[in-house]
Amino acid sequence: MTRKQRRLTMIGGSLAVLAVAAALVLNAMRDSIVFFSTPSMAAEKQIPTGKRFRLGGLVQPGSLVRGDNLAVNFSVADGAATLPVAYKGILPDLFREGQGVVAEGALDASGVFRADTVFAKHDETYMPKDVADALKKQGHWKDDYGAKPSASAVPAQGASK
Amino acid sequence: MITEAGHYALVLALALALIQSTVPIAGARWGDAALMNVARSTALAQLLFVAVSFSALVMLHVSSDFSVVNVFENSHSTKPLIYKITGVWGNHEGSMLLWVLILALFGGLVAAFGNNLPLSLRAHVLAVQAWIAAAFYLFILVTSNPFLRIATPPIEGRDLNPVLQDIGLAVHPPMLYLGYVGFSISFSFAVAALIEGRIDAAWARWVRPWTLVAWIFLTLGIAMGSYWAYYELGWGGWWFWDPVENASLMPWLAGTALLHSAVVMEKRNALKVWTILLSILTFSLSLLGTFLVRSGVLTSVHAFATDPTRGVFILMILCLFIGGSLSLYAWRASALKQGGLFAPISREGALVLNNLFLTTACATVFIGTLYPLALEVLTGDKISVGAPFFNLTFGPLFVPLMMAMSFGPLLAWKRGDLLGAAQRLTAAGIAALIAIAVIYAWTYGGSTFAPLAIGLAIFVIAGAITDLAERMALFRVPFATAMQRARGLPRATWGTAFAHAGVGVALIGIVCETTWNSEYIGTLKPNDVAKVAGYELKLDGVTQRQGPNYREMIVPFTVTLDGKTLSVMMPSKRNFTTRASSTTEAALLTRGASQLYISLGETTNEGAVAVRIYHKPLVLLIWWGPILMAFGGLLSLSDRRLRVGAPKPAKASRALQPAE
Repeated sequence: MTRKQRRLTMIGGSLAVLAVAAALVLNAMRDSIVFFSTPSMAAEKQIPTGKRFRLGGLVQPGSLVRGDNLAVNFSVADGAATLPVAYKGILPDLFREGQGVVAEGALDASGVFRADTVFAKHDETYMPKDVADALKKQGHWKDDYGAKPSASAVPAQGASK
Repeated sequence: MITEAGHYALVLALALALIQSTVPIAGARWGDAALMNVARSTALAQLLFVAVSFSALVMLHVSSDFSVVNVFENSHSTKPLIYKITGVWGNHEGSMLLWVLILALFGGLVAAFGNNLPLSLRAHVLAVQAWIAAAFYLFILVTSNPFLRIATPPIEGRDLNPVLQDIGLAVHPPMLYLGYVGFSISFSFAVAALIEGRIDAAWARWVRPWTLVAWIFLTLGIAMGSYWAYYELGWGGWWFWDPVENASLMPWLAGTALLHSAVVMEKRNALKVWTILLSILTFSLSLLGTFLVRSGVLTSVHAFATDPTRGVFILMILCLFIGGSLSLYAWRASALKQGGLFAPISREGALVLNNLFLTTACATVFIGTLYPLALEVLTGDKISVGAPFFNLTFGPLFVPLMMAMSFGPLLAWKRGDLLGAAQRLTAAGIAALIAIAVIYAWTYGGSTFAPLAIGLAIFVIAGAITDLAERMALFRVPFATAMQRARGLPRATWGTAFAHAGVGVALIGIVCETTWNSEYIGTLKPNDVAKVAGYELKLDGVTQRQGPNYREMIVPFTVTLDGKTLSVMMPSKRNFTTRASSTTEAALLTRGASQLYISLGETTNEGAVAVRIYHKPLVLLIWWGPILMAFGGLLSLSDRRLRVGAPKPAKASRALQPAE
C-alpha cells in the first residue's frame, strides 16, 4: 500500500467510527433526555401522562404524609401552582418541608407525579440550581435562600423503580 | 501574621512565575544559557513559596484562626484534627491553592530532574508551565484569596460540610489533582516542541513517564472518588455520570489515548502530530474539568462553589490556553516531519484504533456533559442527561475497544499478522466462550447481556495472560527457561498485561454489581429480621452516641448466614449541630469481593427505622480493576528504558540524547 492509500484507510476508518458514534449520540438524545419543569410549567405545558421529567420546587409545608411501607406523599409548590407527588422509598437526609427539592418521574392518570428518584440538598441553605432559577424567574426568590450555597445535591434512589 | 506571610508568599510566587514565563524564552531566543537556566531556579523557588503559602493555610486551619474568612466558613474548633487538615482543600479557595501547589511541584520536578533535557527544551517547558501557574496565581489572588480576614473575628466557625468530613476527602482531591495537573507537563512539552519546531522519539521518551505518573494518579483518584461516593452517599451507587465525574473521566480517556500514542511515537517515530494534539487536548480537558467544578456552572453531587466572577475568570484562562495552544498547533504542526510508515494491521494500527475509540468515547462524554449547558444558554430549556444516555453511547464504543485490546499487544510493529494473533488468542476465546456458557446456564432466564459482557471481560484478562505466556514461550520451552524469559521481559510488558487485565476485572465487577445486586428497602423494628441474598440481618436495637462535633444514632445489625453469626454491622446516622445537617454512614461487610451494605433512613415515631440493605456481588472488583491498572502503570514506569530515558541526572542517559 502506498502512503496515500494507508492514509485513506485510516481516515475512512476514523470517519466510520465517528459516524457510528454520532448515530449513537443522536439516538440516545432522542430517548434518554429528561426535561425539567416546575409545577406551573408542568400545568402550562400539559405534559402527557407517562412522560418522564424532573419536577422542581419547594416542598409545600404541611403536605408531607407518610404511609405504610415507606410510601410518602407530599406536594411541590412554586408559588403559582402545586403538584402532588407520590414516592416510595427513603427520602434523602435533608428532605424537609419548605425547602427545595427535585424529583424525577412521570405523571399518572390521576395527575399525581409518581417519583422514582428524589434529589435533595445536603445543606440547610442550599437549593438546587434549577429550582432557584425558576423561583427567581417568578419573583419568589428570597435572598437568604442562596446565602451560602456550598453543598451537594444527593440523589436518593427509589424503591419503586 | 501567618495569614499575611501566606498571602505574601503567594504574591512572590506570582512574581517568580512571571519571570519564569519570560526570561527563559528570551534566553532561548538569544542562545543565552544563563538566561535559560533562570527557569530552573525560579521553578524551584516558586515551589518553595507556594509550599510556604499552603503550609500557612494548613496552620491557620489547624489552629482554628477564625479571623480568616476561609477558616471561619469551613472549620470548627471541635472538628477532629485530620478534618481540620483535609478541610483545607474541602473548599474552593483551599482546593485552588492545592491545585497550584501541585502545578509548582511538577514544575519543580522537571527543574530538579530535567538535567538531561536539552537546555532550550527545558527552558521552554518551564516557561509554558509558568504561564499556566501565573494565570492561576492571578485567579486565586483576584477572585479566591484564602487569606482574607474578617474585621471582627467570630468565636466559632461554621464547620465543614459534613459529607466532606471523611477520610475519602483526605485522599481523593490530592490524587485527582496530581492526575489533572500532572498532564500540564505533557502539555508544556507539546507547546515547547511546537515553539521549537522540533520533535523526535527522544521527546516521547521524556513525555511518557510524566504522562504515566499523571495517569496513575488520575486512575487511582477517580477510583477513590467512586468508592467514596459509594460508601458515603448512602445508596450504594458508585458512578452517577454526574458532570463533575465526567470532568475527571474525560482527561482520563484522553490521557489513556495519549499514553498509547506516545508509545507509537517513541518506538516508531510515527503519529507525532497526533501525539502533540492529544497532549494539548488532555490538559485542555483537565482545565475544562477545573472550570466545570470550580466555576459553579453545574449543580451536581460535588457542587461546592457558585460565584460568577470566578466562572468568567476561569473561562478566560480556559479560552486563552486552549485557544492559544490550538492556534500554535495549527500554525506549527505542519512543520513537524512525518514519521514512519505502517500497515493498517500492525501494532501501530491497533494503537491508532485504540486512540480512535478512546477519543470518540471521550467526545460522547463531552457532548453528554456540555450539551445541557449549551442548550440552557441557547434556548433556556433545562434538561438532564443521565446514565441512560451514557450507557447507550459510551458502552457500545467500549465493546470494540476491549475486543481489540487483546489483539494489539500480539501484533508486530509495522506489519502484523491478524490471523496469527487470532490463533494465539484461541485459548482466550475458548475461555471466554466457556464463561459465557456457564454463566448463561447458571443464571438461566436472567439477563443475556451480562454473560456476554463477562465473557468479553474474561477474553480481555485471558488475552493479557496469553500475551505474557507467548512472550515467555510458556509450554513451548522447558518451564525453567520460560521463567527465566519471564524475568527478562521488560517491565513495560508486564505493565501492559496488568493494566489490560485490570480493565477486564473492573468490567466483571461492574456487570455483576449492576445485574445481580439484591436489595431490601423497608422499615424494621428492634429484633426484626431482613433477608437479603441468603443473609439474615437482625436489627439489635438503637443506641445514641456523642461524637466530637456530631451526635450519632447507631443501629447494630447481627448478620447470620445459614444459622452462623458472621458479624455485627453498625450503620449510623450523624447529626451535625453546627450546620444542622445529617449524614448517613453506611456499614459495609466484605465477603470476598462481595459486600453487604446497610444504610439508614429516617426513624418513625414507633421506633422503627427505615433501612436500605444491599447485597452487591463482586462489587469490589470495580475498584480492584483500577488498582491493577495503576499497578501496571507503576511497573511500566519502572521500566529500565524509561528510567534511563527519563529526566534523571545520570551519566549514562547522556548517550540517549537526540542527535541535534
